[in-house]
Amino acid sequence: MLEIKNLHKSYPIGDSSLHVLKGINLSVKEGEMVAIMGSSGSGKSTLLNIIGMLDEADSGDYILDELPIKNLTEKKAAVYRNKFLGFIFQSFNLINYKNALENVALPLYYQGMKRKQRQEKALFHLEKVGLADWAHHLPKELSGGQKQRVAIARALAANPKLLLADEPTGALDTATSHEIMAFIQQLNDEGKTILMVTHEEDIASMCKRIVRLKDGVIMEDKPVTQVRASQYV
Amino acid sequence: MFDLDLWREIFQSINKNRTRSLLSGFTIAFAILLFAILFGIANGLQNTFKEAFGSDARNAIMIFPGRTTKAHKGLQAGRRIQFKDEDYNMLLDEFGDKVQYITSKVNRNASASYKGERNNYELRAIHPEYMFIENNKIKSGRYINQHDLDNKTKVVVIGKVVEEELFIKEDPIGKYIDLSGIPYKIVGVFTDDEGDNEESVIYMPLTTAQFVYGNNDFVDMMHLTYNPKLSYDAAINFGNSITKSLKDKFSVAENDQRAIRLFNLAEGTKAVNQMMVGLSFIILIIGFGTLIAGIVGVSNIMIFIVKERTKEIGIRKALGASPKSIVSIILIESILITAIAGYFGLLIGMGVLELVAPYLEAYFIKDPSVSSGLVIGATLTLILAGALAGYFPAKKASRIKPIVALRND
Repeated sequence: MLEIKNLHKSYPIGDSSLHVLKGINLSVKEGEMVAIMGSSGSGKSTLLNIIGMLDEADSGDYILDELPIKNLTEKKAAVYRNKFLGFIFQSFNLINYKNALENVALPLYYQGMKRKQRQEKALFHLEKVGLADWAHHLPKELSGGQKQRVAIARALAANPKLLLADEPTGALDTATSHEIMAFIQQLNDEGKTILMVTHEEDIASMCKRIVRLKDGVIMEDKPVTQVRASQYV
Repeated sequence: MFDLDLWREIFQSINKNRTRSLLSGFTIAFAILLFAILFGIANGLQNTFKEAFGSDARNAIMIFPGRTTKAHKGLQAGRRIQFKDEDYNMLLDEFGDKVQYITSKVNRNASASYKGERNNYELRAIHPEYMFIENNKIKSGRYINQHDLDNKTKVVVIGKVVEEELFIKEDPIGKYIDLSGIPYKIVGVFTDDEGDNEESVIYMPLTTAQFVYGNNDFVDMMHLTYNPKLSYDAAINFGNSITKSLKDKFSVAENDQRAIRLFNLAEGTKAVNQMMVGLSFIILIIGFGTLIAGIVGVSNIMIFIVKERTKEIGIRKALGASPKSIVSIILIESILITAIAGYFGLLIGMGVLELVAPYLEAYFIKDPSVSSGLVIGATLTLILAGALAGYFPAKKASRIKPIVALRND
């Protein structure tokens, strides 16, 4: 599903540059649920952004579903992001002047889907996250957990192969975090491949595999026994 | 290709970001409004100027004979100069290409009466072309024509005031008016923009007057307009050469200023026109200044809008928006706002001009107005400037990595 070989990335800082990723090798199979952990500055978010085609690596190979992701034009990257990837952000990143339904329908708009079909599909996904009644509310009228659920519905709308989550529970309280995690686990149970960046041990333990990064290299990569979030809810 | 979804996105963005849309719209509308009003007022000033110099042909030259003051070629000083038809013919022969209209004139005062109504009027005997030199309009009937001139017919054309004073509730056309004992048939009534004085005049064919008042071919003065294509300097030279050839013909000393007197309006017109050019220049500067201020305003707004929407752009890109769709959504929105706001500015500006026009006449501003073509041109310029000013930041924003845009909180 996902193959990363000897990936390097550095950011220029003034005259010098900061070497963030120093040769990452990672392979993820379909149906996995992987947590990427590490202290801040370890390079975990950078890795996720490169996987999400939101950022580009300096060198190394990245193959997603047998497609080499390299030197993509902006246009092509946009198509790939739309087709293969769903994003869940810590700060939700909903468009504030669009209501929940319109936010969820946006990736479908960029797929060129017809308006009516788009809205039906968006409503279906909102229903799945339990927010059908909130379809016509603006993000500012929703709670943090509700916003994140809208964001998840949006990430699912385009039916992506890979779901990328950057600290999905970072802005939520514990109860809401567990609720969101239970939902993400359910998606994984249904077969979605999920990659998640977090620095919280209890959240990471709800995944099936933990990859630990330190100073730009993988320190540890081991499967874990999944803790079901539903038992806390 | 009409993309309904794209337009829906744009209208939603305009509608949901009302403050932003209104503020940028206001800037545009205000720029166009100012442009229209300033231009209108400047035009009004120019109109006042134009009107102040009357409706008579402004390219006129008048030539009067006088008495010599210097002895020349054995002739004594104090000799009276008398123009005749041959002098008129000489001017036509010699300067035909530079002359637009020319007339000889005999001036008399006439005591006119009709059915017991009686009054004194100025009588001008003229060539038909005089109509164009004086800018007369025919109210009824006709003007003096060549046939009258050839046959010395006893016909007259009377001014509107003459008609009002002598013909009470009667149509003067075809009636006979008595001028110092001789009846003349009235063939027309004329009006003159310059008012009552110029309308208390009776016109008669030159040849008729020459026959009636002395049976000679004497001419009291000549009045002509020069070809309007002549530059002012060329026109002034033209006047000087007329004086010179008349002085030669009448054997007048070159430095004799009284014998032939020539008034050339080109001399005054030159000054007036230079002032007009100055005024036009000021108008142009005002127009460009307002426009540039508008362009700077639009550019600022566009840069601000793109900055403000950076995060939204990042989200859209993460969800699969192509750079092209990002640029078009921003550009079309700005063009739409500029066009609508510009149109409102135009309407309000023209409305304001219309409303205040009557109160401005006291301040030498007459009929302040701008051509809608000009204002539409200004609006289009602003739209273009807005599009250009928006294009580059939008293009740049569409290229930034989504992650950079998303980090922008």
